[in-house]
Amino acid sequence: MLPIIPTDFTPWASLAGGVLIGLSAVMVMAGFGRIAGIVGITIGSATGGDRGWRLSFIAGLLAAPLLWLAVSGGFPEQSVSANLPAMAVAGLLVGAGTAIGSGCTSGHGVCGLARLSGRSMVSVVTFMLFAGLTVFVLRHVIGGGV
Amino acid sequence: MRPVLGFLSGLVFGLGLVLSGMANPAKVLNFLDVAGAWDPSLAFVMGGAVVVSFIGFRLSWRRRSPILMPSFDLPQASDIDRPLVTGAALFGIGWGIGGFCPGPAWTALPMLAPGTLIFVPAMLIGIWLGRQMKTTPLLRSA
Repeated sequence: MLPIIPTDFTPWASLAGGVLIGLSAVMVMAGFGRIAGIVGITIGSATGGDRGWRLSFIAGLLAAPLLWLAVSGGFPEQSVSANLPAMAVAGLLVGAGTAIGSGCTSGHGVCGLARLSGRSMVSVVTFMLFAGLTVFVLRHVIGGGV
Repeated sequence: MRPVLGFLSGLVFGLGLVLSGMANPAKVLNFLDVAGAWDPSLAFVMGGAVVVSFIGFRLSWRRRSPILMPSFDLPQASDIDRPLVTGAALFGIGWGIGGFCPGPAWTALPMLAPGTLIFVPAMLIGIWLGRQMKTTPLLRSA
């Protein structure tokens, strides 16, 4: 985990970013009739039929910071923990948890809530609660981060 | 047309992640740190995305079928079962450690931070493991 780096409250940029994410989910629904869940798209890009649009979607995700770089002259602001063992554990948990729980922040959090899915509401409450508790323990109980 | 719309959807999604701050783990961890350096910005991401999707999905569903596919294919499960809750809990713990969920991890990859270069392959291994574990008796729903 990272040391605590203060960040600015950015309601307008975050709202605009959220609108873009919602727009993308609508593009996937209107065009393909599917849920824009990133884990589902990742799994579908490696297995089964209909891999083409999913591989293209991931290419689009990867292209976003490069387009940002080309337009603004710099990469977006970002601080990623350099604690590599902790990041490996985090990646394993995120991958396994979203595969077992059939969705992540996009599939359950955005698309599921927009569909008023009861399963997604339970998922969102659960992962928010556990994420909050994890940060609380790492920052305020153990302290100082991993 | 499918690869073109796929790419554009991914690009718009990725730009949304970058603009909103979701692709910055420091911002995500501060959003989750209600008792400390709380930055509530990311509630606005979720709010904006859900409202746009809520309306856009219903407009999309007015058509008999999606534009580029023969039919809609939406999740049908409705049970609140053990894999759903266990998986979400594990995901939450990982999200709280690293500050990355799957979309932002992909989008952050070209920026080549060492933590991201470890996180993404670990996440892919985790997805593979999770798909194996989902069929074990411990997690199979009763």
